[in-house]
Amino acid sequence: MNIFSALASQFRTMWRILLHTFTRAETVQYPEQKPYLAPRYRGRIVLTLDPDGDERCVACNLCAAACPPDCIALQQGTREDGRWYPEFFRINFSRCIMCGLCEEACPTNAIQLIPDFEMCEYDRSSMVYEKEHLMIDGPGKYHDYNFYRVAGMEIEGKAKGEAQNEAPPIDVRSLLP
Amino acid sequence: MSETMTIIFAISVMLAAVGGAAVLTWFERRLLGIWQDRYGPNRLGPGGILQVVADMLKLLTKHDWVPPFADRWVFIFAPTAIVVAMLLGFAVVPFGPGLHIIDVNIGLLFFIGMTSLAVYSVLLGGLASNNKYALLGGLRSAAQMVSYEVFMGLSLMGVVMLSGSFSMQDIVESQRDGWYCVSQSLGLFVFTIAAIAESHRLPFDLPEAEHELTAGFHTEYSGMKFAMFMLGEYLGLILISCMITTLFFGGWLAPFGATWLPPIVWFSLKTFIIICFFVLLRAAIPRPRYDQLMSLGWKVMLPLTLVNLVVTGAVALWMQGA
Repeated sequence: MNIFSALASQFRTMWRILLHTFTRAETVQYPEQKPYLAPRYRGRIVLTLDPDGDERCVACNLCAAACPPDCIALQQGTREDGRWYPEFFRINFSRCIMCGLCEEACPTNAIQLIPDFEMCEYDRSSMVYEKEHLMIDGPGKYHDYNFYRVAGMEIEGKAKGEAQNEAPPIDVRSLLP
Repeated sequence: MSETMTIIFAISVMLAAVGGAAVLTWFERRLLGIWQDRYGPNRLGPGGILQVVADMLKLLTKHDWVPPFADRWVFIFAPTAIVVAMLLGFAVVPFGPGLHIIDVNIGLLFFIGMTSLAVYSVLLGGLASNNKYALLGGLRSAAQMVSYEVFMGLSLMGVVMLSGSFSMQDIVESQRDGWYCVSQSLGLFVFTIAAIAESHRLPFDLPEAEHELTAGFHTEYSGMKFAMFMLGEYLGLILISCMITTLFFGGWLAPFGATWLPPIVWFSLKTFIIICFFVLLRAAIPRPRYDQLMSLGWKVMLPLTLVNLVVTGAVALWMQGA
């Protein structure tokens, strides 16, 4: 009896496979037919600007610390107006695994991953992107966020206590109630 | 046919078989693609047919390498043996009325003998490679083919009894009043399974078994010698399909009296359908374990064949007496 059920199962399998003659192929014919990439797709990394058109990155190094394959390198600097910025910002895309941990680590929404993965190069060194290659001319996914408008850090044109929802600073050396 | 005509016909059959085997590599992949909901090779040329040329160029231009630890001459001989044996098998195939290279009175035995010789190819290839995987593949092929050989021959004896001849043309002629796929359905079933095992195609490709033995007996082969193994395998597939057509599906006889197509076209059509069936088997059925294969062979298939043999003999005798 066992043999007959096994045999029937084989024939049933063959019939089911034969019916697949009439089903469509699942293949996406890639170069001609682009697959749909969701807006949140994790692809190439960009550096964004805040709504005022200034660099968002404050060179805190958290992305480089979070990066599992260690493909981010940067150097912090300070501008005359008090803003921090990366003197250089380098991502080696031949190492990048598009995990998005840098984006999650970023406190200023500066570093973002975008739905683009077509980065083929004949020369391996062309996969190393410098700051001018990474920088885009807009705020990316977060249109209104401006780090220096919500953080307490003092820069030129914005003293301490002037940020959104920020109380004026307390003079801790004073004993007055 | 005169002698010159026979030679010309033999050469054209050889070319057709080799060309068919080459096209079959592409056709099989496309067909598998259809049944697995994908496309298969479809980039090169119309429908991807030029993939055959690309594959051939690649295999021909590869370094023809013999590993230093291999048994050199046996290593080179092995892939040749399978192609020669399979091509010789085509000699007895009747492609149409009077359209055959040679019609010997032991045609069927000749065919069985040639397919058995192909075992040596796999065996020697595995042995000469001096590689553990290849040796395991060769070992498996020896056991598998020897045990399936037994009832492959026996399963055809029913056909021989009913037709009363070993000659292929006589067997085809005797099917005018009914194909043997009806009266010998058990024989057809057993022969199909034995034939798959004999040509070591999926699901019975245990000598090769790329998942466990990397590539089994041809692990060490590359380039042209590897291509010869593949050619032999596909030639075997075509030959087996031709044989099933001849022995069980009326050969070049037209079904339902539809004689408006020439016999060779009917023969090719039937063979083509059976090849598609073999590809379907490959697409649908997973590979059994080695011991399962053996126990299926000896415990199920051999008794089935013997029952078929005895019953067919009894019926044939009774028909003779009546």
